[in-house]
Amino acid sequence: MNLKPETLQRIEEVIPHYPVARSAVLPLLHLIQEDAGFISAEATEWVAARLDLQPINVLEVVTFYPMFRQQPIGRRLIKVCRTLSCALRGGYQTCAAFEQEFKVRRGGVSADGEVTIEFVECLASCGTAPVVMIDDDLHENVDCARARELSARIRAEAAARR
Amino acid sequence: MPAPAERRIIFKHIDEPGYTPDLACYLRHGGYASLRKALGMAPAAIIDEVKKSGLRGRGGAGFGCGLKWSLVDRKSGKPIYLVVNADESEPGTFKDRYIIHQDPHQLLESIMVSSWANNVRQAYIYIRGEFPHGARILEKAIAEARAANLVGPNVLGSGYSCEIYVHRGAGAYICGEETGLIESLEGKRPYPRIKPPYFPAVLGLYQCPTIVNNVETLCHVKHIVDVGGEEFAKIGTPGNTGTRILCVSGHVRRPGYYEYEVGRITLGQLLNEVCGGPLPGRTFKAIIPGGSSAKVLRWGETFTLKNKDGSTRTLAAEDIPMDFDTLAACGTMGGSGGVIVMDDSVNMVEALANINAFYAHESCGQCTPCREGSLWMKKITARMVHGQARAEDGALLQGVADQIAGRTICAFGEACSWPTQSFLAKFGDEFRAYPEAKTAPRPESVPLA
Repeated sequence: MNLKPETLQRIEEVIPHYPVARSAVLPLLHLIQEDAGFISAEATEWVAARLDLQPINVLEVVTFYPMFRQQPIGRRLIKVCRTLSCALRGGYQTCAAFEQEFKVRRGGVSADGEVTIEFVECLASCGTAPVVMIDDDLHENVDCARARELSARIRAEAAARR
Repeated sequence: MPAPAERRIIFKHIDEPGYTPDLACYLRHGGYASLRKALGMAPAAIIDEVKKSGLRGRGGAGFGCGLKWSLVDRKSGKPIYLVVNADESEPGTFKDRYIIHQDPHQLLESIMVSSWANNVRQAYIYIRGEFPHGARILEKAIAEARAANLVGPNVLGSGYSCEIYVHRGAGAYICGEETGLIESLEGKRPYPRIKPPYFPAVLGLYQCPTIVNNVETLCHVKHIVDVGGEEFAKIGTPGNTGTRILCVSGHVRRPGYYEYEVGRITLGQLLNEVCGGPLPGRTFKAIIPGGSSAKVLRWGETFTLKNKDGSTRTLAAEDIPMDFDTLAACGTMGGSGGVIVMDDSVNMVEALANINAFYAHESCGQCTPCREGSLWMKKITARMVHGQARAEDGALLQGVADQIAGRTICAFGEACSWPTQSFLAKFGDEFRAYPEAKTAPRPESVPLA
């Protein structure tokens, strides 16, 4: 496992938060995914060994929780809320607008590897529907026009990196 | 009758200009005075005040907070844990988000008061994975409070010590169920535990006595210590005390969060006056009053309710006070306080297809009736919406839903079948007419499934 020193440090900080080491499975998986982008088979075995568990104890957690992924995704992650309050305010159209902008279906990675689009369940901001999360940031009242603006910003940020 | 004024206790500083989530700001506004007061009181006296307050849980079930605390096994010799349920994920609910992001110390102070009252030395905040900034804000707030000796060892020189840690979920709705949440906190799949014997108050986290409280419920505790249980019980209505945050979403002009004394505002006042009424040119059609699991109300329907003296009264949906007991008497629930409004542009088959997709995705898969039933309800409504509706689909849906509720380990079985059952009961004609209605153009509607 090739983790950053600060990730390893945070892993050692979080384990003593619990009287039973197994409780640290979710925090460790979050830290590794933030570092490496996804949870590899190697990572699953590494977490199991670190917490003195069987690999299946970790794998069953990785496969259950929607936020953990076993494959790499695009550089940016766009999560559009699918659930009722957002749908009533046009969430399905918002998702379609992002799909058109990046020419990729929900669940997929754009051809340039820049974005992954997910259509996710309730993000708990129903009063400002439709809502979208781009990486860690919530965007509110995202109608189709706003979706195109946010897409343009993502493309500009990608161009600035090159 | 005009709507009463909002009464903000929990949301007093939410959206206040200049109010920041740091400790200095909280202290400027009188913060942690309740903790100082509480540390001067006997723990049992605090529990007694919470009982007197009549505070009921704001997460969904409306269970008495003082009663929950009094069920904790204090003789086992095992540590007692406090777990804060900040896994806010009931569709239509978005109140805890603002407390966590804008006023985290209010929550921390209430955690410390509640921990002292219940001899808790270790508290965990289980926060949903989709609040990454919220988790960081809470961690920063805990570090600030610890540096100021308000959390951690020997709090304010009292000799009492208690640590708080933040634990992030990872996108699973079932973690809001308290025993599923405990399993998740133990590092496992969040399969809910069977009760009995696994009542958290006796066999909770690590098989130790555990209190699981919702964020909004806990925040009230500090205010109960401030004013006393009896004074607190004067807020709201008998049996439905305090304020609660009503989250309104969907088809109203001013969706958002509004804090009212429980039972002092009616559904009609809330939607028509506070939220500005329906969107231009539209009329209300259906209201889900307490998060997506709550049974739907048809706008305009009436209920005949029994009074205490045995007489009856008739109540229209818009005149229902937003409390726990009247909503329950009307066959639905106050639940999590999430009010989802649908207007006459909505076809109820399509709305149900959206809800069923949620529950099929979120069923943990442990119990067969729920795992299979939620999936079948999703498949049937999805097929209806996508051009293959059959006349018998309503009856088929009814048959599936009726075989889930009451046959599962946790309340998810009810949560996933109540929408189907109530949509069929209140809007059955739309399900029967759907095969023909689907072909008629409805330019004003947006896709829901």
